[in-house]
Amino acid sequence: MNKINTIIRKEWSEVFKNRMVLFTTAFLPLILTAIPLGIIYATSRSGDFSGITGDLPQEFNAFCPENFSGGDCFQVFIVSQFMIMFMIIPLAIPAAISSYSIVGEKVNRSLEPLLATPITTTELLVGKSLSAIIPALIATWAGFTIFIIGSWFMIANPVVIGNFLDTRWLIAIFIIGPLMALSAVSFSIIVSSRVNDPRVAEQVSMIIILPVLAVFFGQMAGIIILNVTFMLVSALLLGLVDAGLVYLSIHLFQRETIITRWK
Amino acid sequence: MITTQNLTKKFDQITAVENLSLDIPEGEVFGFLGPNGAGKTTTVRMLTSLISPTKGNATVNGFQVGEHDIDIRRSVGLLTETPGMYDNLSAERNLEIYASLYEVEDVQGQVEKYLRFLGLWDRRLDVAATFSKGMKQKLAIARALLHEPKTLFLDEPTAGLDPEASRLVREFILEIKQQGRTIFICTHNLDEADRLCDRIGVFKTRLVVVDSPVNLRRQVFGRKVVFHLIQADQSLVDKIAGHPHVSEANLVENKIVATIEDPETHNPELIRILVGEGADVQFIGELRRSLEDVYLQLVKNA
Ligand SMILES: Nc1ncnc2c1ncn2[C@@H]1O[C@H](COP(=O)(O)OP(=O)(O)OP(=O)(O)O)[C@@H](O)[C@H]1O
Ligand SMILES: [Mg+2]
Repeated sequence: MNKINTIIRKEWSEVFKNRMVLFTTAFLPLILTAIPLGIIYATSRSGDFSGITGDLPQEFNAFCPENFSGGDCFQVFIVSQFMIMFMIIPLAIPAAISSYSIVGEKVNRSLEPLLATPITTTELLVGKSLSAIIPALIATWAGFTIFIIGSWFMIANPVVIGNFLDTRWLIAIFIIGPLMALSAVSFSIIVSSRVNDPRVAEQVSMIIILPVLAVFFGQMAGIIILNVTFMLVSALLLGLVDAGLVYLSIHLFQRETIITRWK
Repeated sequence: MITTQNLTKKFDQITAVENLSLDIPEGEVFGFLGPNGAGKTTTVRMLTSLISPTKGNATVNGFQVGEHDIDIRRSVGLLTETPGMYDNLSAERNLEIYASLYEVEDVQGQVEKYLRFLGLWDRRLDVAATFSKGMKQKLAIARALLHEPKTLFLDEPTAGLDPEASRLVREFILEIKQQGRTIFICTHNLDEADRLCDRIGVFKTRLVVVDSPVNLRRQVFGRKVVFHLIQADQSLVDKIAGHPHVSEANLVENKIVATIEDPETHNPELIRILVGEGADVQFIGELRRSLEDVYLQLVKNA
């Protein structure tokens, strides 16, 4: 436990000195929280949006509650679009942190002296993973909280806010988010074992945000409707993907493999 | 204390270490000497339980490799081939991290002790990236000592250092030796092995020979004695070369260099021969063959 703690603190004091990591961890959540808030701000002041529902995907209109005005519906749609983008945070932050922390050690050649200490590879792997997952979850949850509080101040209709806080988004933020962070870390460990440039590792690891973009465009085109079932099925699939990725990363993260095969 | 029996490591087709059997008692400084690719680093990695042997056994400080790996890692210090410091962190922070990973109780105390011991105390707050190669090496030695290991593995401790820094590192090693630790040094530097080590193992995938530096020189070349004369010529050389206990004699300017089985016994007689032939002997001395010659010869034959 102590050693895991040491590793986490070591990663944080090292990795946040890197500008790329700092940018991803600090600015990405800031931007992805500010944009939907800005849209809410703009749409809640400019009066009547009743005609706009015609521009939304048909499937979404059907999904929009009966008692919502056109403006409310538009806000709910725009925000649910951005909520999907928001889910990039728990993927991008862990990918950036763990790419730099693992490839950084490879470049520094610090893995051998590290592995020569009495630490177990499990402790090291858990420490490295947590050091990437914790900031991601803090940023995701803090961003979400700021978003809810901000929209509270700007939106007249509390039912709309209730719509942001419904089961779907709670599943997304509190179940899918952590699962995403875990998959991003495991994936970037797998990538890092083969790559010797932290920037390349980060870029390759970012492939993992593609499914989120697919869902984003899917909803925009009306192919995907985010309902509770979709969220639960996504969480289940992600859980399975995680199991596979974690298994692979543990397999690669063995002392002998790291010393003799990681090049 | 280190013992190995038939320790072997194969990588796919390559055999890096083959049937290595060693017995290094507590407190000995053992030099592990071999050319590039001999398998020195591979051996050290097996003995520090970083990689597992393909075959054979080894114990370090009484712990069995492959069974008590955590105990081994707790009781040994390792200076890796490259220092591998966290460049963005200060010297002090680097050592603090390792002290807590090595379960040191008094982290601050041990970090200060070894920063002072290696003369880095004044630079403790500087990030490791600003350190010279020699300073990084010293920091890495400090890191290997933080938990007061009984056995220390040093993989090429002076490689790439200038003579001044090398000398400093050698002095530290001698000081560490005084503390009764077992030290296993991989090196190419024969002069260094000669000065530091109680015994040297010449190694190239297999162990070629293990002996003290003095015996190694004797074993391979006999001993060379130089006779300085005012005037030397070939007839004198032939007289010396004809002696039954002299295996070789050569004329070098006004000196005769002879390889003699046992100089203590045969020198007086050889001097009498020279004087009898009318030579003026100024002085005589033993030529210390560099260990390098011994080593090159051994490795060539291996
Ligand atoms: N991970 C590995 N995979 C395959 N072969 C390896 C691996 N590590 C070492 N070898 C091979 O094992 C042999 C011994 O290598 P090792 O690094 O132990 O030599 P060394 O004596 O330390 O050499 P040097 O003086 O250059 O440091 C070499 O032929 C090397 O190519
Ligand atoms: Mg080596």
